[in-house]
Amino acid sequence: MIDIFGVPLPALLGQLLLGLVNGSFYALLSLGLAIIFGMLHIINFAHGAMYMMGAMFAWLLLDRLAIGYWPALFIAPLIVGVFGIGIERLLLRRIARLDPLYGLLLTFGVALVIGGLFRTLFGVGGQPYSIPPELSGAFDLGFMMLPKYRAWVIVSSLTVCLAAWYLIEKTRLGAFLRAATENPALTQALGINVPIMVMLTFGIGVGIAAFAGVLAAPTAQVSPLMSQNIIVVFAVVVIGGMGSIIGSVLTGLLLGVVEGLTKVFLPEASAVVVFVIMVGVLLLRPAGLFGRSK
Amino acid sequence: MKPDIPWRWYLSGLFVMLVAPAMIYPILLAKVLCFVVFACAFNLLLGYTGLLSFGHAAFFGGGAYVAGWLLRDAGLPVLAAVGGATLFGALLGWAIGGLAIRRQGIYFAMITLAIAQLVYFVFHRASFTGGDDGMQGIPRGMVFGFDLADDLRLYFFVLAAAIAAFALIQRTIHSPFGQILQAIRENEPRAVSLGYDVDRYKLLVFVISAALSGLAGALKTVVFGFATLADSHWHTSGEVILMTLLGGVGTVLGPVIGAATVVVLHNELADKVGAMIDVFMGAIFIFCVLTFRRGIVGEGVALYKRMIGEKG
Repeated sequence: MIDIFGVPLPALLGQLLLGLVNGSFYALLSLGLAIIFGMLHIINFAHGAMYMMGAMFAWLLLDRLAIGYWPALFIAPLIVGVFGIGIERLLLRRIARLDPLYGLLLTFGVALVIGGLFRTLFGVGGQPYSIPPELSGAFDLGFMMLPKYRAWVIVSSLTVCLAAWYLIEKTRLGAFLRAATENPALTQALGINVPIMVMLTFGIGVGIAAFAGVLAAPTAQVSPLMSQNIIVVFAVVVIGGMGSIIGSVLTGLLLGVVEGLTKVFLPEASAVVVFVIMVGVLLLRPAGLFGRSK
Repeated sequence: MKPDIPWRWYLSGLFVMLVAPAMIYPILLAKVLCFVVFACAFNLLLGYTGLLSFGHAAFFGGGAYVAGWLLRDAGLPVLAAVGGATLFGALLGWAIGGLAIRRQGIYFAMITLAIAQLVYFVFHRASFTGGDDGMQGIPRGMVFGFDLADDLRLYFFVLAAAIAAFALIQRTIHSPFGQILQAIRENEPRAVSLGYDVDRYKLLVFVISAALSGLAGALKTVVFGFATLADSHWHTSGEVILMTLLGGVGTVLGPVIGAATVVVLHNELADKVGAMIDVFMGAIFIFCVLTFRRGIVGEGVALYKRMIGEKG
């Protein structure tokens, strides 16, 4: 048996893998926050609530309508995306010209409302959601067992991140989006419908959060309390800086891995390690790892 | 410049607070006063300096624990315990504020939120806080030979502390220091260009605000005899923002009225509606941000000015 600092190799690799899984969730959530911030200049405090809604809708679809995991992977983000578009049109648009802090306060209110409603309707108890049969079981890699579902979470979230990057950086729609981010007035003058771009951005951002929620459903108990995890993602965003899409994805993955390793070597610190890293980054590089200081 | 509130207003307010326990349960009144101190301390930061902290629960909850520990385990008298908790709030504020002022605006809010969450986890794991069970059975103790076990005496003790805190905040706002804070709120680059070391002013006001939040938490511990994790949870940070926003950001009496409204609302609704309380609070948040940004006091003053035909 190979030991690394007294920890058996399979245990270390297992935690590393769990860290990558968590990192994938951080990457998806901070990616959504970053693209919303780029376009609307607000931090969406309700992002955790959207993630929770994704998981809750996946469970509801299965429980009430017998719709399984694979359709839910598309339907739940779609519902939440449309819901997000409604929030943007009805609420956020009205405060678009104000100090961005109002956006934070408004979405905080939205998060409270959503959280309260879901807890009233479904209670706080966790609901089990099983892994789809195609993804249960594990690959034997010889030196360790790789549960199929964990591999799927990592691969599918990286695919979504890559797709978002491609959409924004390489397509015509992405060019419009980037133009609208850079200079809304001029973009509008060129005949591009900026309000629709803003709406789409918010819808896509919260849709990605809901996608992460569906992915997370089989890994933990589904409950309205899932939204609480979002504060760690805020710390991830501060560490990465919201400058670039790739930056937020890399930071998310990296911090997931660091958190996983902390669970092995210093278990009692694993809940706080991301926050401690944030403090360190603020001391050394206040703009964040990938951020530009203004 | 807004006109100052006339002295007779303060005197009538004081009179109301002195006779109020004859009609209203003193413990509820004392609870209101704790949150009044908390919201006024928070308003000093948000309303007068323009800094939105999303982590003030760390100071409130920290003050609550430290006061509880000093009273119950260290056996100190209540004044020393409350003073110690205030000092703790100041030190914690110095540490957190020093980090958070490195970024502005929305990042400031997120950093304070994240560090407060770190503090929350530390309290959760620390042995002296009692973790999930909280800190129970904290004695109220004596002040100047008066036993605070009597609810009415306790109320007047909390009232005296709240008046002292309120007076300190008023003094700060109207001092030259307070004027510079308001200059930072209005236009930070200009304050820098005038030669002010903006970061030092921000840090000092953050420390004052944190210390008074610690005081508020300590008073709450003395009133209820327990301190729990809920005091340092981010929900509490959100609540103090709501109190300030609802009452009127940057007004003298706004946080007082906002805190009283939210505490009474909580008291009335908590048992009846369960988790729906969050839906109400969230709805008030949304309403305030969308159409009621000046809060009860700000909108009231604006309405009054319109009625007497004053422009502005």
